[in-house]
Amino acid sequence: MGGKPQWAEIGHRILTLPAVIVEPLMVGLQRLLGIKRMPWVFLLPNLVAVIMFCLLPVFINVLYSFTGSDRLYPADRNFVGGMNYDVLLSCQNYLDPSSCTADLFWRALRNSLIFVPTQVVLMVTVAMIAAICLNRQLPGRGFFRGVFFFPVMLSPVVVAYTWQWILQRNGALNGILSGLGLPTFDWLAVPDSAFAWSIFVTIWAHMGFYTIILLAGLQSIPKDVYEAARMDHASNWRTFYAITLPLLKPMVIVVVVLCIIRSVQTFDELYVLTGGGPGSATMLIVQYIYEVGFAVQPRNFGLAAAASLLLGLVLIIFTAVQMSLSRKSQNG
Amino acid sequence: MADIAEKQAGAGLSRLFTLRRGHNRFDIADWLTYGFLVLGLLVLFLPVLWVVLSSFKTNANLQEFPPTVLPYAMETVDVAGYDRPLTLFNVKTEDGGEKQLALIRRVGRIAQMVDPADPEAGKLQVNAAEITPVKKLHFAVENYSRLLSGKENTILRYVYNSLFITIVATIITVVMNSMAAFALSKYRFRGSNLALFGILSMLMIPATVIMVPIYLIVSKLGLVGNLWGVILPTVATPTGVFLLRQYMLTIPDELIEAARMDHASEWRIFWRIILPLSTPALAVVAIFSILSRWNDFLLPLLILNKREVYTLQLALTSFQTQYEIHYDLLLSMTTLTALPLAIVFIFLQRYITTGIASTGIK
Amino acid sequence: MRNTLKLMSSAALFLVGGAVGASAGEITVYCQDIAVGCGALEAVVADFEAANPDDKINLELVNYQTILESLPIQLESGAGPDAAIVTDLGGLSRYYLDIAPYGDADMLRAEYAPTLPWLRGEAPTSDAINGIPLSMTVNGAYVNATLFDQAGIAMPEAGATWEDWAEVTQKVAEATGVSFPMEMDRSGHRFASLAISYGAELVDDQGQPVVDEGLKAAIEQFVAWHEEKVMPMDLWGAVGGSTHRELFSDFLNAETVFYFGGSWTIGKMDSEVGDLFDWKVVATPCGPAACAAMPGGSALAGFKNSKNPDLTGRFLAFVGQPEEIAKIDLYAKEIPTAKTLIDEGLEYTDVSAETQEALSTFMAQIPKIPETAYRFQGWRYQRAMMNAMTTRISQVLNNEMDVDTALERIKQDVELAIQAAGGSN
Repeated sequence: MGGKPQWAEIGHRILTLPAVIVEPLMVGLQRLLGIKRMPWVFLLPNLVAVIMFCLLPVFINVLYSFTGSDRLYPADRNFVGGMNYDVLLSCQNYLDPSSCTADLFWRALRNSLIFVPTQVVLMVTVAMIAAICLNRQLPGRGFFRGVFFFPVMLSPVVVAYTWQWILQRNGALNGILSGLGLPTFDWLAVPDSAFAWSIFVTIWAHMGFYTIILLAGLQSIPKDVYEAARMDHASNWRTFYAITLPLLKPMVIVVVVLCIIRSVQTFDELYVLTGGGPGSATMLIVQYIYEVGFAVQPRNFGLAAAASLLLGLVLIIFTAVQMSLSRKSQNG
Repeated sequence: MADIAEKQAGAGLSRLFTLRRGHNRFDIADWLTYGFLVLGLLVLFLPVLWVVLSSFKTNANLQEFPPTVLPYAMETVDVAGYDRPLTLFNVKTEDGGEKQLALIRRVGRIAQMVDPADPEAGKLQVNAAEITPVKKLHFAVENYSRLLSGKENTILRYVYNSLFITIVATIITVVMNSMAAFALSKYRFRGSNLALFGILSMLMIPATVIMVPIYLIVSKLGLVGNLWGVILPTVATPTGVFLLRQYMLTIPDELIEAARMDHASEWRIFWRIILPLSTPALAVVAIFSILSRWNDFLLPLLILNKREVYTLQLALTSFQTQYEIHYDLLLSMTTLTALPLAIVFIFLQRYITTGIASTGIK
Repeated sequence: MRNTLKLMSSAALFLVGGAVGASAGEITVYCQDIAVGCGALEAVVADFEAANPDDKINLELVNYQTILESLPIQLESGAGPDAAIVTDLGGLSRYYLDIAPYGDADMLRAEYAPTLPWLRGEAPTSDAINGIPLSMTVNGAYVNATLFDQAGIAMPEAGATWEDWAEVTQKVAEATGVSFPMEMDRSGHRFASLAISYGAELVDDQGQPVVDEGLKAAIEQFVAWHEEKVMPMDLWGAVGGSTHRELFSDFLNAETVFYFGGSWTIGKMDSEVGDLFDWKVVATPCGPAACAAMPGGSALAGFKNSKNPDLTGRFLAFVGQPEEIAKIDLYAKEIPTAKTLIDEGLEYTDVSAETQEALSTFMAQIPKIPETAYRFQGWRYQRAMMNAMTTRISQVLNNEMDVDTALERIKQDVELAIQAAGGSN
């Protein structure tokens, strides 16, 4: 790619401008508060925004979950106590969704429990391979990066429509199959097949996102480490396991965590592609939340909020466990 | 093979396959790499290519089975004596040949047709089962003009609004997120774990679920119908903080220690040392911020309730009605709005390659 | 920063300007740009402004999604336009302005008697005039007449039952090699036609959901058709939840003989089927109880939080005159709601002969619509019930539950929705 182009220099100069303006302020703050309190100064803007637009909405959702009616302002809503949680959690047999009051909630939960691990493992593996391939000093690298990233730019509706066109009864895939003299198949009308394709389609649509993150991570590995490995005649695989992977670990954690969270939240593409069907075979947890809370009048914000808070609770426990585990492994 | 090719280095294809990192052999790893990339090209790009091609199809053509690769439309012809254009059909003649006739009307199994070359000859009766429509290549640019029509004077306004939101939100996001990430990765202080955990747990909430509370908050702030009402709720992306923090963890602390020895202020350390070294991660955060702000739909839909503050996405979304989605308009809109993103991506992805690699730190 | 200031000051100016404008006789009406929308209203607005030179009606062109997603939230927070063309007639009823004091209330009540209750939400029997129903849609069956001709089979006459159609279309499909005899949009609204024809009550006069033998018979018949491959699994079988899905493309490609859609598809029939084959709208098939088409439509509603309720009310009452409604429906090529116009019939200009015939057939179904269908359409929890029906029927088709369980679940789903909404109805 040659040396640093000129526009990078200009961009750099523009970027240093705010520093010149903000610097006296920050130096003053540092004198005033001492170095120990500086991290809070750095955190403050983000923290304020998070509290305003993430924490406060969640708090409003908690209010929703304990109140009924389809009114928006919590003050207009009537208190119903734990009714929404009761509806969601009452089951005769927790292993059999059809014995539950909210049978679809449990079916969706079960589907998500299968969907998420499968999708995450496949997604991270493929994204890792793609990142390594795209990081090699190959000609045409920029073009391939663009190709791998492009699906991320498409809206969920377009992604779903594109794959519907490929997978439907008279779609492109069946067209190719029958052209080759092979039997055709109604891919989206059979539960297992539809489930497998929904994993494939969501990987197709989001893989580029993780590939780019891993690609950036690969760039953080100093080149001379590889030079040293070459001197030692280490094989490619050995270099990967002994050098690349450990140094890449922080970014792999990013990818795994983000991938799990987004996988749990999968909704838009599948809502258009399968609507959760056949039957409820591909209905995931966020679709359930959407169905009760937003899809039909009157909107049941209360039940939707309760379901999302239960989901959030599970994920937060999961993150806490994961964080403490990763700290142990760092200390140990 | 490789040797011959090497001698011709610098010329076209052979150069493509021999210019390799460090060594000149085209080894098994390279074959695998190219194999994977070409597979990726097929699986990832063909559907996208189809989206672009389909954006030039008419609605009828989009619905067709089996689907056509290129856009086609039924050919019509103006025939003297008929006030509307007639559709052309291929008709088998008795001597086994084929002839193009225009359809006047169909009555049961009989098609009434006229020869467009010779309308004087009068109406012909043809078996309706034996006629097939004549198709011609037709790029339905009207999909695009329909999206943009009547809005020429205001389209710049929408582009301005979209650009304003995208650029301002991205700058604020990148600066704020990297400041927070710096604090969370390079300092050990009381409450740092709590702050990190708090930000991380905000990642868990599905966006759909907090949309309504966010509207309530924005409306209380009096920012409904204001571009800032769309910018502010999106700048605190926990994803960005998390990503940047993890990246900054890989930057050696020795650099900071050395700078403190030189009496650099904390801000200077952040701005002059950490930020430049984080360029690849900053580029990733910027790319995703630009992408999500440009494509944002639901939040602007709720908050930007007047045409003068509409974003491009809102202004072009007339493809949905009570009963249907106009896929022709949807696809052309996608193509139209994804184009700027593709350019931005190509521009920004170069930054991903200028990382810590060049600084030579171990 | 300068931009912020500029934006904020322009926003402030706009607010002030808006307030001043309102007192001088100006209102804003949200309408979409397709079907019954801004285009259809333009002529009527011109008439109104000519008759009332001091008043100004601003038509604000918005997306359908704005009406669907954003308008309810705007209204709830006290913002929003003075009036809008809405399709979720019952759901927004608590925000509607009763226009009875602003116009000829008796005339309006007489003209729109069957459809006005749809706008009254929780109090269908009140005498409020909560808006003007602009256009009527009915669902119904499209048939590929060319396939019938090719098979040499005569089309069943009006009054034929669903079973008759299933039998005949099977023969046609067999003779012509078409994949599927019948298709129905995946929509609770379409299915309600079948259910009511089979005797389902769906909702009682207390506003409580009813699952009865009629609904059971309809679901069993429907499931049997899918098992016998009279209907394809792609729609009701392959899709889940509340997602609306149609395979108009199957009809366009002559892959199905009989397609149960609605009057709103006429435009597409004309422009996309065109000369490919002959299509025809037939009388809605009958069941043991009725030959029920489900009605629906859009309405122009004014809102209570309007700063100028007087002008809003006067404008709506003006639009409600049959001669003005005629202009709107002729423009949009929709079926009118006003009694005078239904009785007289509308002569649509510049439409194909097929479209004119189809519109006439659709209009002929309106007198046959049973009371049950009107009541179901106006019920506040109709959408909850339709969603429950699509979800549960799809589950039955995939052997996730049997018909009896599905019936229980439908009832339970709706009762939960009623309970969550505050118990009243």
